[in-house]
Amino acid sequence: MSQPTNLGLGSWLSYRGGSGYLLWALHRVTGLGLLLFLALHIVDIFLLSFGPEAFEHLLVLYTSPPGRLMEIFLLFGVLFHAVNGLRIIVQDLFTKSWERRRHDRLIVVQLVVFLLIFLPAAWIMFGSFLESLS
Amino acid sequence: MSRREGGGHHRPEGSGFEASAWFFMRVSGVVLLGLAVFHLFWMHFVIGVENIDFNAVAGRWEGRWGPLWRMYDLALLAFALGHGVNGLRYVLEDYVQRPGRRLALKSIAYVLSFLLISAGAYIIFTFDSGGV
Repeated sequence: MSQPTNLGLGSWLSYRGGSGYLLWALHRVTGLGLLLFLALHIVDIFLLSFGPEAFEHLLVLYTSPPGRLMEIFLLFGVLFHAVNGLRIIVQDLFTKSWERRRHDRLIVVQLVVFLLIFLPAAWIMFGSFLESLS
Repeated sequence: MSRREGGGHHRPEGSGFEASAWFFMRVSGVVLLGLAVFHLFWMHFVIGVENIDFNAVAGRWEGRWGPLWRMYDLALLAFALGHGVNGLRYVLEDYVQRPGRRLALKSIAYVLSFLLISAGAYIIFTFDSGGV
């Protein structure tokens, strides 16, 4: 759009400063990952139209040990993207662009909320992973 | 996109397509915060991935609250795919500079998302376990 931003793929992970840059990059990475999962998920649900066998054949993908590990990544992606997106909305609505300190405080709140939900939930999922091994 | 310190984007000027898209990302984001997070909580913590099979889906879509669950899933499908494809469009516009390549990738993304939403809506409306 208006600003020419010539960014090669190599600059993806280089830190470019600003308190929210890492969060911004993670928002994009998790967003793309979630879109990829959504595509896979629509395909697996679509297999329902070919009957129980076709559908349940693919479900092994999710119940196998690697699947249970990926589930934790899915939780991370959904939760991070949700909390970070909410923080962006709150920041847009209730702060001015120069109020850096308030932005930083919002980020602290965001990280606390994220960890409070993610850690116990991931712990439960990790238990399912261990169970799937046996 | 005018990038904003601390993440997010400034609201595009005016009332054109970009302003609508910006607004849609906020609204669908909040909607998905409810729909997607609850869906994940329900399927992964209440039911459990290991307990999901053909019959579990049939019980959900053909049970007493079947029509409601189908509407829920349809809304989730539409909002998630719409939000995701517009997000992908932002990424492509930021990283793909050559006009021809940009147009090609966007076209592929739109065609794929059309196929996906068709497939998803098709199964939501037509699923019939045949009384299994």
